[in-house]
Amino acid sequence: MKINKKEQEILEILEKDARLTPADLSKMIGEDEEAVKSMIKRLEKEKVLVHYTALVDWSKVEDSEHVTAMIDVKVTPKRGVGFNETAERIYRFKEVSSVYLMSGAYDLSVTVEGRTMKEVARFVSEKLSVLEEVVSTTTHFQLKKYKHDGKIFEDKQTDNRMVVSP
Amino acid sequence: MPVTKSYVAKSVEAMRPSGIRKFFDLAAGMEGVISLGVGEPDFVTSWSAREAAILSLERGFTSYTANAGLLELREEIVSYIHHRFDVTYDATEEVIVTVGASQAIDLAMRAILDPGDEVVVVEPCFVSYVPMVELAGGKAVTVGTRGEEQFKLQPEALKEAITSKTKALLLCSPNNPTGAQLDKEDLKAIAAIVEEHDLIVVADEIYAELAYDIPHTSFASLDGMRERTILINGFSKGFAMTGWRLGFVCAPPELTAAMLKIHQYAMMCASTPAQYAALEALKSGMSDVEEMKKDYRRRRNYIVQSFNEIGLDCLMPGGAFYVFPSIQSTGYTSDQFAELLLKEEQVAVVPGSVFGKGGEGFVRCSYASSMEQLQEAVRRIDRFVNK
Ligand SMILES: Cc1ncc(COP(=O)(O)O)c(C=O)c1O
Repeated sequence: MKINKKEQEILEILEKDARLTPADLSKMIGEDEEAVKSMIKRLEKEKVLVHYTALVDWSKVEDSEHVTAMIDVKVTPKRGVGFNETAERIYRFKEVSSVYLMSGAYDLSVTVEGRTMKEVARFVSEKLSVLEEVVSTTTHFQLKKYKHDGKIFEDKQTDNRMVVSP
Repeated sequence: MPVTKSYVAKSVEAMRPSGIRKFFDLAAGMEGVISLGVGEPDFVTSWSAREAAILSLERGFTSYTANAGLLELREEIVSYIHHRFDVTYDATEEVIVTVGASQAIDLAMRAILDPGDEVVVVEPCFVSYVPMVELAGGKAVTVGTRGEEQFKLQPEALKEAITSKTKALLLCSPNNPTGAQLDKEDLKAIAAIVEEHDLIVVADEIYAELAYDIPHTSFASLDGMRERTILINGFSKGFAMTGWRLGFVCAPPELTAAMLKIHQYAMMCASTPAQYAALEALKSGMSDVEEMKKDYRRRRNYIVQSFNEIGLDCLMPGGAFYVFPSIQSTGYTSDQFAELLLKEEQVAVVPGSVFGKGGEGFVRCSYASSMEQLQEAVRRIDRFVNK
């Protein structure tokens, strides 16, 4: 899909802060609000703008059970079952939060979320590694999240500027 | 024996305190202030530049550098100025690394002024210009600019200010506090007058990287002007490096030698770790500058449109990170406006009057703040103006 300069700007802005309204965007890029709304509609319809979410730090929430594992999956594509089909079989599981096709030592990088390590381990052994095309899996559990999608979780940076300066 | 007299020099006693100080004191003690009064980026220096400084310390690079600064840094500055602004300087004879653009302004004035020499200063302007001229023994002749003319210096006004004693013109584009940017044609008209009257131009181009609609034109890049220009720039604004205190000045050899004489005695050299950080900023930091510039541009658009919507006339400035809306519709002076806004809505702005002629009736608002802060500031100013 070809997009224009203004649409490019809308995407760049929303990617950093999806809460900005069409009215804000309209001022920021110098385009009227109705035009901004219809650009957003078009980008949503074409699935360029896929979804709006919040970044949550579950580790701050008491008693919340939340583990994330990143799994390297090696796959042998079979006749009629390419990477895409295998990926689809994997990403349809609701436990799976992301799937990427990778270059390098393994083929699919799969992120799985669960409440406990046991739950994730069970998913890997019972659902993932049993798939016919899957040759091997290597599971890495995340121990701590420092930065995600460009955001630092515990940003120590504060605004140290003097309130008024020349 | 008790002290019975003041030891302070008369010339210093005569200096007026900066009008900015008063608002700093007012705002500093207050809770919940949103400040649009800050003259520096809200971004921190890129990690790669900070890391380069740390590495330089780990390696023990803690001694003085050459008076004019690390040769490697001067060479990088020369190549940067050449690529970005199409002016060519010699790294060994025409560049000095300074302690901010601030020191470069001081050096320039002290190097060119004899007692009584006049410098035309274009206002509203950065608060240090007039004091720097005066401390160097010169006389500042101020010329105002007006909103009707986008706060651009008018050739006629410049001609009127020139006398037989005029030695220099101090020019700043993009400008603090108005954000006004002089384009090539504006500068050419000024250059013609400069040539006719055989003046030298001290060009403060510290905001050169922050030009949003048309690229910055360096005064030194105009035909015949390189030999008549002391070009001042630095890392504070575009590279978000204010606290490092690092700038530079480029000028023909004779002028550079004169400034270096002062610099070697008064300063020796700029801070060594800061020089390593700046070196890295030039080598790998241009994409960071571009990213920041994109953000500033969007915030500028947002705040200009918002001010106009709530009834404060505001021009779309070409550069820097300031807007300079008119507050005349409110009936307040700029000082009253700023003080009441701070007291009633806890938003800090700087009254235009502190920046000299032409500043009254306007306030300076910096948009070097997050969108969230700007949105809240606009809400509060709207409430204040339309109560
Ligand atoms: C127009 C202008 N010149 C010079 C300076 C000083 O910059 P530096 O931090 O490089 O000394 C400033 C800073 O506010 C400025 O606005």
